[in-house]
Amino acid sequence: MSSIPTQRGDRTTGSRPTVLVVGNGMVGHRFVEAAIERGLSSTHRIVVVGEERRQAYDRVHLSALFDGFTPADLALAEPNLYDEAGVEAILGETVDRLDTAAHLAVTSSGREITYDACVIATGSAPFVPPIPGTDAAGSFVYRTIDDLEAIRHWAAGCRTGAVVGGGLLGLEAANALRLLGLETTVVEFAPRLMAVQLDDGGGRALLHHVEGLGVSVRTGAAAAAVRTTPDGRVAGLSFSEGEDLDAELVVFAAGIRPRDQIARDSGLEVGERGGVIIDDRCATSAEDVYAIGEVANHAGKVYGLVAPGYAMADVVAARLAGEEAAFTGSDTPTKLKLLGVDVASVGDPQAVGDEVVVSDPRTGTWKKVVVDAAGNVAGAVLVGDVDAYPLLVQAVRGSIPTPDLLSLLQPASGEAGSGPADLPDEAIICSCHNVSCGTIRKAVDDGCETVADVKGCTKAGTGCGSCVSLIGELVDARLIAAGKTVEKRLCPHFELSRPELYEVVRATGIRTFAELVTKHGTGTGCEICKPVAASIFASLGSGYILDGEQAGLQDSNDHFLANIQRDGTYSVVPRVPGGEITPAQLIAIGEVARDFDLYTKITGGQRIDLLGARVEQLPAIWGRLIDAGLESGQAYGKSVRTVKSCVGSVWCRYGVQDSVKLAIDLENRYRGLRAPHKIKLAVSGCARECAEAQSKDVGVIATEKGWNLYVGGNGGARPAHAVLLAEDLSTEELVRSIDRYLMWYVRTADRLERTAVWQRKLPGGIDFVRRVVMQDELGIGAELEADMEAHVGAYRCEWTETLESPERLARFVSFVNTDLPDPSVTHVRVRGQRIPETTR
Amino acid sequence: MTITEPELRTTATTWEPVCDLKRLTPGRGVAALVDGAPVALFHLGEGETFAIGNVDPFSGASVLSRGIVGDVDGVPTVASPIYKQRFDLRTGRSIDDETVAVSAYDVRVVDGICEVRPGGTLP
Repeated sequence: MSSIPTQRGDRTTGSRPTVLVVGNGMVGHRFVEAAIERGLSSTHRIVVVGEERRQAYDRVHLSALFDGFTPADLALAEPNLYDEAGVEAILGETVDRLDTAAHLAVTSSGREITYDACVIATGSAPFVPPIPGTDAAGSFVYRTIDDLEAIRHWAAGCRTGAVVGGGLLGLEAANALRLLGLETTVVEFAPRLMAVQLDDGGGRALLHHVEGLGVSVRTGAAAAAVRTTPDGRVAGLSFSEGEDLDAELVVFAAGIRPRDQIARDSGLEVGERGGVIIDDRCATSAEDVYAIGEVANHAGKVYGLVAPGYAMADVVAARLAGEEAAFTGSDTPTKLKLLGVDVASVGDPQAVGDEVVVSDPRTGTWKKVVVDAAGNVAGAVLVGDVDAYPLLVQAVRGSIPTPDLLSLLQPASGEAGSGPADLPDEAIICSCHNVSCGTIRKAVDDGCETVADVKGCTKAGTGCGSCVSLIGELVDARLIAAGKTVEKRLCPHFELSRPELYEVVRATGIRTFAELVTKHGTGTGCEICKPVAASIFASLGSGYILDGEQAGLQDSNDHFLANIQRDGTYSVVPRVPGGEITPAQLIAIGEVARDFDLYTKITGGQRIDLLGARVEQLPAIWGRLIDAGLESGQAYGKSVRTVKSCVGSVWCRYGVQDSVKLAIDLENRYRGLRAPHKIKLAVSGCARECAEAQSKDVGVIATEKGWNLYVGGNGGARPAHAVLLAEDLSTEELVRSIDRYLMWYVRTADRLERTAVWQRKLPGGIDFVRRVVMQDELGIGAELEADMEAHVGAYRCEWTETLESPERLARFVSFVNTDLPDPSVTHVRVRGQRIPETTR
Repeated sequence: MTITEPELRTTATTWEPVCDLKRLTPGRGVAALVDGAPVALFHLGEGETFAIGNVDPFSGASVLSRGIVGDVDGVPTVASPIYKQRFDLRTGRSIDDETVAVSAYDVRVVDGICEVRPGGTLP
């Protein structure tokens, strides 16, 4: 980090003019970025003063720190961005005094900085209500990484926590406490959650989701005092009415106040309820002093969201670069994910007018649009399903006519409703960087052909990322409209897509990569096309995957029949069909883990992961596991993984069918099936759904009469709910339907495309899937079933096959010319187990 | 990005026999210890062989021998099995980040035996 010379600025000496940025939060940083983009960093000296020692980071996603993110993951810029652009950053200091007449700022360490332009971006501070006890140990606010570190530290000894505030910030804080494992209660003064953005119905739908996550909510509750223990620790909250609440930790997240003290002290005009008053140029009442973000008060309004702050930052940077620009207010449409729930608010949802409401209490969706007397959309609230958001934003802005609201608000189905192709050019797609639909279309016309290209040349999608899939659809639509083909080629060696390649292999009977690439591709292949070809060969039943030429095609995981880990060791996962395991097998696994000193963990798929095996240990480990009656779990492949189950009717007093038996039968049927991506299944024995079948690619839920079949669900980074395909099937009908569904997916999906995306992209969506799988509309049912039967009949445990052949075992060495183990693999012990020494 | 290759040695004049060429599956690699340094040895078929440092600078793991070989516009490459960055088998230079490289080693096949010259060179 550059340090600033201590001499005074050069405003009068004719060298580069100085731009002083007070504050290095999200908006202050955005200003620096915008200034660099406009070349101001070469014509101006830019000096940033930030209170925190950390360079700007993403405050919107703070709770991710308790979900596996590190502070570095939240950083907004590459660490050397400022240095490279010559921006001087003074971190860990504040500007304590502004002499606006002399254009002079003085920092907390006594540095004097003479500026030509000063940009105040000090943001806001959490509002802590003036009640007794807020200074007790265990009372926190929620704004900075340091706040979260302090909360994490204190929470270590706690069981219960409370959050005062049920708005955006409060729910984020509640998520943070939940992730820390605390029994969490949200206390909100208003009668509903997110009172500013939502109406009563939306608040109820959100409440349903939040309580479903195990977070308690008290609305209409005014905290009167923080209760404390005799030694001054937080013990809970008391209220003006109602029972006390016990909590060992309290977080105040009940709104924000602009941090405008510096402006007040310097005689700048400040709004009645706070905030530095700015005009459309973002200029304050003092010459050459600007204010942006949550500290600014524009037309009587202080914005508590990042997007308007970014817009202000862009305006000031543009004006300093001599461009015309103005901030004329923001209608602050909001779309975000709170505690995993999509919530959006557009325009004024409390406006008076006719209301169109679509509500489904079972799924917790609430969608309301208010139409004014002239028939225009005045506002909207969406909870649980926000697909209609982009069109509603445009409708509120008046850039498109009022759409057909009932069809717009219909529950998401595979059918494409009003697609992104209908959006007007003015529609803002990326609100973080203010990139319009027209800009993205122009980028495509100018040569961008992929989302990555568009990100690179417009910055769209590089902020919060919520618009990336929309950008993808826009790019495809534009390319098609221009008569260009949408890039579906697998890699530089094959112009064909994966489904096309599958058809070629199926139709021609080609079973070697050399022949495939010679006849239908170019070059010698790569890490993308080789494993795809190997997977297709395997799906079409070409025997042991590591014989002959196929060995060279497999991913490292398939090549060693184990999952490679960050240190080059492997994990071992035996199959545990349906999650049912005998004590003897459990002991055998335990003994192997103990004898080879493997780190042992239970997986989410109801099996056991043994980590840290060196490549030369794998055959001995598997020899013992196979002797104990276990087999390869194929966790290493893009293939069927597990069929999770609950205990079902055999034990459970609520179960209506034997879910364990069905799960075992399904897992033994589909084990080893190689596919475009991993496939997970689950079977629940009753509607309580303990096996979480609706989050699986194939989910089965028992009914009194048979089985309900759900398809296309997944967890992970982009979770998808499975869709009900058919109800009350007999076991025979169920298996036939799954056979067809899975085989059709294996045939026609793109590389690394999971079932959710595949079925959504099919023309006609889930209705089409239903017609093909259940009614055999394409007449391919028998063929798909036959392909599956062939797979089931040909299945053999890959590790059993490997151990039978000394030739196949020869590859399992660390080094080909010595028996020494790999010296680069080193371990430390943590919580009684061995882990890699180089843990980040 | 730091380069975690063993420190550069001066190129030796002697050759170290490593293994029978038959131990190398065409289109795949194996790891070997050559004068104490981990080396990834590849056979692309028809006697065409390459050797580069085995330690993947992006992950620090000794794994490049286990990557998938292929070509990028005709340049023979291996992709690290950890984060998939590709390396030019002839020079050791990363295709995806030109500031990163591993050592490249001379290889020859004499009477069916693969030999590597200890002490590789960075591009």
